[in-house]
Amino acid sequence: MALLDELSGAARPVTKGRAAAREPGARRPALLILPALIALAVFFLYPLAVVGWNAFTDPEPGLGNFTWFFSEPANIATLVRTFTTALWVTLVSLVLSYPYAYAMTVAGTRVRAALMMLVLLPFWTSLMVRTFAWVILLQDTGVINQILGAVGLGPFSLIRTQTGVIIGMVQLLMPFMVLPLYAVMSGIDKRLLPAARSLGARPATAFVTVYMPLSLPGVSAGCLTVFISALGFYITPALLGSPTDALISQQIFTQVNGLLKWGRGGAMGVILLGLTLAMIALLAVSLRRAGKRVSG
Amino acid sequence: MPSNTVQAPVPGAASGHNDLAGRGARIELTDLSKRYGDFAAVDDISLVIEPGEFMTFLGPSGSGKTTTLNIIAGFVHPTSGTLKVDGAAIEATPAHKRDMGVVFQHYALFPHLTVAENIAYPLKRRGMPKARRAELIRAALDTVHLGDYGHRYPRELSGGQQQRVAVARAIVYSPRVLLMDEPLGALDKKLRDWLQLEIKRIHAELGTTFVYVTHDQEEALVLSDRIAVFNHGRIEQVGPASEMYERPATLFVAKFLGESTVLRGEATREGDGSVVGVCARTLRAAGHIDGPRAAIVVRPERIAVQPRGHQPEPDRNVLPATVTSEIYLGSSRKLELALPDGSTALVRESAGTLSDARPGDEVTLTWRVEDSVLLPDDPEVETVFT
Ligand SMILES: Nc1ncnc2c1ncn2[C@@H]1O[C@H](COP(=O)(O)OP(=O)(O)O)[C@@H](O)[C@H]1O
Ligand SMILES: [Mg+2]
Repeated sequence: MALLDELSGAARPVTKGRAAAREPGARRPALLILPALIALAVFFLYPLAVVGWNAFTDPEPGLGNFTWFFSEPANIATLVRTFTTALWVTLVSLVLSYPYAYAMTVAGTRVRAALMMLVLLPFWTSLMVRTFAWVILLQDTGVINQILGAVGLGPFSLIRTQTGVIIGMVQLLMPFMVLPLYAVMSGIDKRLLPAARSLGARPATAFVTVYMPLSLPGVSAGCLTVFISALGFYITPALLGSPTDALISQQIFTQVNGLLKWGRGGAMGVILLGLTLAMIALLAVSLRRAGKRVSG
Repeated sequence: MPSNTVQAPVPGAASGHNDLAGRGARIELTDLSKRYGDFAAVDDISLVIEPGEFMTFLGPSGSGKTTTLNIIAGFVHPTSGTLKVDGAAIEATPAHKRDMGVVFQHYALFPHLTVAENIAYPLKRRGMPKARRAELIRAALDTVHLGDYGHRYPRELSGGQQQRVAVARAIVYSPRVLLMDEPLGALDKKLRDWLQLEIKRIHAELGTTFVYVTHDQEEALVLSDRIAVFNHGRIEQVGPASEMYERPATLFVAKFLGESTVLRGEATREGDGSVVGVCARTLRAAGHIDGPRAAIVVRPERIAVQPRGHQPEPDRNVLPATVTSEIYLGSSRKLELALPDGSTALVRESAGTLSDARPGDEVTLTWRVEDSVLLPDDPEVETVFT
């Protein structure tokens, strides 16, 4: 199954090195990643273990923190809100990024460089600064509402709404959608499209039946990255969203920082992690199905 | 353009019935041009390709072959001129409605589809029911001798197999025309030789009009009913291979098809023919040319090597020469000789009729006056072609 291989190495054309690294006698690369593995263990796996430990032991050993979480309807609502927000962010990012990445593959070198700069720009400014910029842009008397007012629309309440949160998160996360899409798309042989047309496919059909299936590995890589990142977002929903519509990361913060309930915060973290992993598995399976359907 | 094509059945071809057989279309290019800015990639071409004909576009890289083919396929829009298929103008018809098959040098198989799915692709676009699709896929795979490969993915096949799948995909819907752009260009020589015969057989079985692009003159000679030789966006000459070889219309065509000796000099009229001064001798040839700068072209197998001092028959041209090298080829032998003016002559002798000449020997070259092809000189073309 082509798509499976494709999924495992999202951007095959640009990851030729992977195959080489697997060849016999190529042991040394394993040593090269050792420092990174150590850092990962110290700064990620250890805190994760502590959080997990707290979830089951604080204030007393048992499943108390978990039964508390699922017995409060407000917690479930937060969880659902977090996932729907992340889904919307993923969807909007995909719809905006797909044509953008495609344009990058057909543009001339100068335009391509400019488009790439625009994508990378957010990486060079701090997340905090950008979020505050969105506060100014989105507020009721902000630039966006002024412009909309000038053409006789609005004002819309954008700040302190889920819409505002989604707008801000999309802007922050779009690079993670555009880059894998571009990596995969630039490896697609565009000469397949005239070939499809010679076989009787109108241009739109050729695009849907040939180009889109071949771009699926980029779609799945981008969607997974954006979705998972969006699930854990804290600053942006805290600044752009409404306190009554808080997402799970904000609730965790409240439990830990405000109420000093380390166990409850830990349990929420564990639940978020578990659900995220489940979603990844689900997404991978459904994408594989979709890939099979398209090619079959 | 006179249509002098004979649809002779290919010897040895499976003359049996093929489910994909159809009738080929007649293609008519009239005053066709394609300009990119000031540059004419195709420069005022006119050509008629007869139904069922195997037409080859032969020429060096950049001579406009692919552009012309792409105009026929509908990928490129001509700047001016008309294109008719079976009498109907189709410049405005988009590529997907032209009902032509195209085979590319880079195969252009869809990597996410199996071989059978690739071949089903054009049938699905035509809304064909599944049962009929399966029959046609089978017929197409059988035609290219890949009956058992339907479930494989393109990347699991060799280059030659991939190209055969591409051919199967292009013929499965019995298009009126099959266009092929250097389809064997990426394959090694042995495979190429074999696939040439396969393509020739498929052409004979289907009766479709084939238009084939190549820069390989041998390939053109093996395959074609007629050859159109391209140069600088123009067609230099069109005709059956034997005619192009024996009677090239320009020095460029003589260069591109086969080997030859070119003898340059001043031409003067003499009755029905001309005499050309070469190496302080006069050579005779039939016909006239405009202008004095002439070139006489002689094919290597037409020249006889005689001992120096040999008295030739009256209807032969004569030149002294010195053998410089000998290449033994089994069934024949190739001699390179230096002429008094420093230019080189080529002679090919069949194994049964070898002369005694050895490198270093001073000899006399003779050939019949009628084997001298008189052409206007073209300074762009070098003297010796091998
Ligand atoms: N899209 C294009 N833009 C500019 N020049 C082109 C384009 N396509 C082809 N050409 C030029 O037209 C000439 C003929 O090209 P082509 O038809 O591909 O030649 P061939 O197939 O005989 O090698 C070449 O010099 C090529 O550079
Ligand atoms: Mg070409």
